[in-house]
Amino acid sequence: MALVTVTIDGQTVQVPAGTSVLDAARSIGIKIPALCHDPDLTPVGACRLCVVEIENMRNLPASCVTTCTEGMVIRTNTEKVIEARRTILELLIANHPLDCLTCEKSGSCLLQEYCYEYGVTSDIYAGEKHSYPIEDSNPFYLRDMNKCIVCGRCIRACEEIVGKSILDFAYRGFNTKVGPFMDTPIGESECVYCGSCVAVCPTGALTEKDMVGKGRKWEAKKVKTVCPYCGTGCTIDLNVKDGKVIGVTGNPDGDVNGRFLCVKGRFGYQFIHSDKRLKTPLIKKDGVFKEATWDEALGLVASKLKEVKEKSGPDSIGFLSSARCTNEENYLLNKFARAVVGTNNIDHCARL
Amino acid sequence: MTNSINEITGADFILACGTNTADCHPVISYKVNQAVRKGAQLVVVDPRVTDFAMTASEHLQLKPGTDIALFNGMMNVIISEGLWNKEFVENRTEGFEALKEAVAKYTPEYAAEITGVPADKIREVARAYAKAEKATILYTMGVTQHTCGTHNVFAVANLAMLCGQIGRESTGVNPLRGQNNVQGACDMGALPNVLTGYQSVTDPAVREKFGKAWNCTISEKPGLTVGEMMSAAAHGDIKAMFIMGENPVLSDADAGHVVEGLKKLDFLVVQDIFLTETAQYADVVLPAACFAEKDGTFTNTERRVQRVRKAVEPPGQALADWEIICRLATAMGYPMSYASPSEIMDEIAGLTPSYGGISFARLEEKGIQWPCPTPDHPGTPFLHAEKFSRGLGKFNPVEHVPPDEAPDAEYPFILSTGRRLYHYHTGTMTRKGMLGEFFPADYLEISCEDAERLGINDGDKVRVATRRGAMEIAAKVTDTVPKGVLFTSFHFAETPVNMLTNPKFDAIAKIPELKVCAARVEKA
Ligand code: SF4
Ligand code: SF4
Ligand code: SF4
Ligand code: SF4
Ligand code: FES
Repeated sequence: MALVTVTIDGQTVQVPAGTSVLDAARSIGIKIPALCHDPDLTPVGACRLCVVEIENMRNLPASCVTTCTEGMVIRTNTEKVIEARRTILELLIANHPLDCLTCEKSGSCLLQEYCYEYGVTSDIYAGEKHSYPIEDSNPFYLRDMNKCIVCGRCIRACEEIVGKSILDFAYRGFNTKVGPFMDTPIGESECVYCGSCVAVCPTGALTEKDMVGKGRKWEAKKVKTVCPYCGTGCTIDLNVKDGKVIGVTGNPDGDVNGRFLCVKGRFGYQFIHSDKRLKTPLIKKDGVFKEATWDEALGLVASKLKEVKEKSGPDSIGFLSSARCTNEENYLLNKFARAVVGTNNIDHCARL
Repeated sequence: MTNSINEITGADFILACGTNTADCHPVISYKVNQAVRKGAQLVVVDPRVTDFAMTASEHLQLKPGTDIALFNGMMNVIISEGLWNKEFVENRTEGFEALKEAVAKYTPEYAAEITGVPADKIREVARAYAKAEKATILYTMGVTQHTCGTHNVFAVANLAMLCGQIGRESTGVNPLRGQNNVQGACDMGALPNVLTGYQSVTDPAVREKFGKAWNCTISEKPGLTVGEMMSAAAHGDIKAMFIMGENPVLSDADAGHVVEGLKKLDFLVVQDIFLTETAQYADVVLPAACFAEKDGTFTNTERRVQRVRKAVEPPGQALADWEIICRLATAMGYPMSYASPSEIMDEIAGLTPSYGGISFARLEEKGIQWPCPTPDHPGTPFLHAEKFSRGLGKFNPVEHVPPDEAPDAEYPFILSTGRRLYHYHTGTMTRKGMLGEFFPADYLEISCEDAERLGINDGDKVRVATRRGAMEIAAKVTDTVPKGVLFTSFHFAETPVNMLTNPKFDAIAKIPELKVCAARVEKA
């Protein structure tokens, strides 16, 4: 692939032709703030927070939609650039409810992070605020359009990743709002609740409902593991606080899925802490289950299996292994059936 | 899958057969969407008009159970129009003449008669598949859950080989597996005829290797499949069963027969995370840890072995399944002890050539796709690059055979089963929490035409019956199913459709014919 050489803040770097200025800068560790840009989505150049100065170009181009060309000289942190970014942030928070104290997104909100970085403190433009009701029409996620910065990431995720195209901009100007066609409630749309829009939203406008009040973003430990449902094998992050799974999020390093999941993988974790989980071994006596210790239960199983094996032979015992247990566990049950009991009567529900 | 999930985005033609990908493998449907956005053509073959089928540029709405006729019809077009990949067929395959002969009678018109798909559409799709630079075939249970399931798969493979759409990136024959570790369970020898990595129990060298490693004698007699075990239990030949993490009472065909077998057992142990419908019949129930409470690996549908990590402690005294098995083996006088699942994987790698290079240390960063024979092998994103596992790819010509049960005067409908987006398998996990709240009960899809004729309104309670059983369920009057077809899922114990399904199975893979059985429906 052809390479082009550009200079960014005095550093020279070679990047493949077609690379955006934003990506080129990020590839050498130079931070440029970006709100509407998302690495997994088409760049649109809408928020203009990512502006930079480029020699021989008038105005300040948005780096996410500007392609590197040979010999380009780029500056990312001049007075002019910083001033422009600050103004954009001030305008954004002019009609933003500054609810960071209780906002679920606090700690992982890009708007909050950039305001902090650029020292944008209060609303000097003190503009008119929206007062949309928080939309709570489904069990999975909340939509607080007062916190929406109309970056359009959710629209693009729904269209470009999921292929559903549920969302679009409605109305104009100050009243621009993101939602299903004709601004109907999500609950009445064809939404499949995959949460991809929630995953890409840079602010607290879209949040997982079940995670509300369960803990701050920075308190949750993320444990990278694999979705327990279908054979796609998406990587998920279990968000754990005080020994409990409080939610599931995608992991950008997911081999198959990146950050994107479906409704089962993202929202189907509540069974983990269900009070219906089995907590002790049970032995049936006179048709009723009685709690038992492991020693009692395993002692009984061992003696019964031995008895049947001795009386009727190993092939009178059958094993069903599980497509939901790990490889190691399937291996051990296979070993148990074949080596301990001595039968090949082992199968699982692969065919179903 | 012969190829990888992410390769789908690079395909320029996607033939999705009997897969409602958007509901059953949603993230794979995202890849299909990305390919389509880049200009790929998507053709969906499905008797139902699913949302996924609606996104296709062509939807071939074939009659249930007629897949072979469709594929043979496509191959007939490809051969008669000289569109097959001559170089590939010449160098990489054998048995072409036999295939040519077998598909000769499946003219598009003849195939159209059987499948209900117009002959011109069969021609168009056949040409597009053959001419595509990189065409991939995705399929699921819609293809395999038939008495001719194995033959359906042969037909798919014949088509791919005929056009050389295999052994390269973004091509291949790609079964999408339904459960997260169904691939791994097969790989690990949870099958009656093979040990790990599909090493046959009938091969003396294999038996010797495992016998030595496990200090035992491996029986040379292949064991019974689930369905056979249930019959044997009913006949009193199987006397005790140990069921780990499965719920056959809801998931298996002709569940009445399963229950009969389980009841007849002298001793049943069920090891699970909930007291499932199956566990109710147990003599001893052992509480297991769920995926979030243990370490280990799962292997996904593209053969990628990935790390499962413990995040929280199991409830009460529940233990990881591997710990329970170790304790039980020890109690039976066969000491089994491992410090961690990582040690178990090392043992697996030592005995299984395709997992030979896999270790937890390597999986820390990234999953690895088998075959991965050695510690420095990068894994295999797609199979059959240079040659097929048996050398030359063999065409296995197959004939269309009608489903075991055809609709008749008494049972005039075809009942078909599948999955719903919001639920998984027998619902034990998904019915607890938000998903259950959102989708609390199932329904029976029936076409507008049939509903009108039978005086059934949307939401009415109906009684659906087959030769094996009957159940009541709410009707959903919809355009999703064609006239004469009924559809529901097997996720709900309240509407246990597997009391009704046909356990008649495919003679080779022994998969029951869950996609087609004759049924009757009336207002309850
Ligand atoms: S969306 Fe961000 S800036 Fe707005 S209240 Fe929430 S955390 Fe604060
Ligand atoms: S949840 Fe998924 S389908 Fe629904 S709007 Fe968001 S991205 Fe679209
Ligand atoms: S909801 Fe979030 S992602 Fe969507 S436009 Fe608003 S801020 Fe952007
Ligand atoms: S997130 Fe959805 S698509 Fe991915 S593995 Fe889980 S169930 Fe399958
Ligand atoms: S991030 Fe570049 S314009 Fe928004």
